[in-house]
Amino acid sequence: MPAQLAEIVNDFQSMEESERLELLLDFSRSLPPLPEHLADHPELLEQVVECQSPLFLTIEVGAAPEQAVQLYFSAPPEAPTTRGFASVLHEGLNGLPAREILAVPDDVTERLGLTRAISPLRMRGMAAMLGRVKRKIREATEA
Amino acid sequence: MPAPAEQNEKFSAYAEPARLVSTDWLAANLGSDSLVVLESDEDILLYETGHIPGALKIDWHTDLNDPVSRDYVDGETFAKVAGSRGIGRDTTVVIYGDKSNWWAAYALWVFTLFGHEDVRLLDGGRDKWIAEGRELTTDKPAVAPVDYPVVERNDAPIRAYIGDVLNHFGNPLIDVRSAEEYSGDRTTMPAYPEEGTLRGGHIPSAVSVPWARAAAEDGTFRSREELEKIYLGEAGLGPGDSVVAYCRIGERSSHTWFVLKYLLGFENVRNYDGSWTEWGNAVRVPIVKGSEPGTAPQPRRGRHGA
Repeated sequence: MPAQLAEIVNDFQSMEESERLELLLDFSRSLPPLPEHLADHPELLEQVVECQSPLFLTIEVGAAPEQAVQLYFSAPPEAPTTRGFASVLHEGLNGLPAREILAVPDDVTERLGLTRAISPLRMRGMAAMLGRVKRKIREATEA
Repeated sequence: MPAPAEQNEKFSAYAEPARLVSTDWLAANLGSDSLVVLESDEDILLYETGHIPGALKIDWHTDLNDPVSRDYVDGETFAKVAGSRGIGRDTTVVIYGDKSNWWAAYALWVFTLFGHEDVRLLDGGRDKWIAEGRELTTDKPAVAPVDYPVVERNDAPIRAYIGDVLNHFGNPLIDVRSAEEYSGDRTTMPAYPEEGTLRGGHIPSAVSVPWARAAAEDGTFRSREELEKIYLGEAGLGPGDSVVAYCRIGERSSHTWFVLKYLLGFENVRNYDGSWTEWGNAVRVPIVKGSEPGTAPQPRRGRHGA
């Protein structure tokens, strides 16, 4: 797992459940807004329909051999849990080479220790976000 | 002493006007000793981003569901959930939430399983309060815990188990899921992943009335006249009918249960909370696919299920 994501996972795991929710709320507040070239073009983003609240994402892959990936997420303020998950992925993965993101274990979302508080149904959305990110990276790098 | 019921023209047309309060009423009654306000949302962090002053959070998953068995909490746990929020047996509880009170209605239904007498919904829920520019706060309210008696749930009047539904054939069923779930094209909400249920479709003879039709654009309940057009006119319910409503896990159908029970005055309405995640996985129960209700099989007399 990439170091910057592993650090976030460790932060969550070292906390009590109520603090984990506080931390997720902090993450929801720090999700960066879309840059202008995407904010004006919502059609360039893909909806992650597995999330209970609307979440849109897209990626941009840089030049080989590094192929650094930029991640972009958009979710409304009335969906803080969804924003929080998106923000964790953003902070944990943004700017990394494509191959490192593709190697992130699919069950990483389970390791935040939130399943009991959030419920499996709600956790499914975060796993789906990571799945979409990986699929889009594969599509972009195999093309 | 319960808080006084609200009087207004819209509510007075409903069967039990006292089951609703308006945002005006709530703003005027905040801080009253006899009142506890609860927020129940789909998004577990939404309350923390700002809530009605003095309101406390309740979560359907961690507070009201049993953590092991697929059931609601028992009387002892419910007493803790309520008492720790300063709710006594006589307290007026007003619940509000996101998404047209979808999850608020679910919490209200669980309170009703425990026979809590005075529990009401905020008409229009969280969205209307915010749309009107009313105050929100992130301050955590101070609570003086009280003793709530240990009362065991009385499920039978308002909760249907799978066996009750098999016995119910010949009486009306309302399926409140989306059209795609009803027809069996999908087993989860539109565009959700296909998982969790083995078979798609609906319970034979169930009429499709998606839950959100009972809510207006601003999240408030539609007027009695509009609701009668939908449920009596289109769905064909008649006075005195015994009705069972269901969805996927029983949350959306709590909203419809509230409408039928308290706004339209059906005395015998039950929410089948096993809903499609139980029925669509159960062995040898009848299922109809497509957009037509299909005909009701003979009721299976006897005791089934839990």
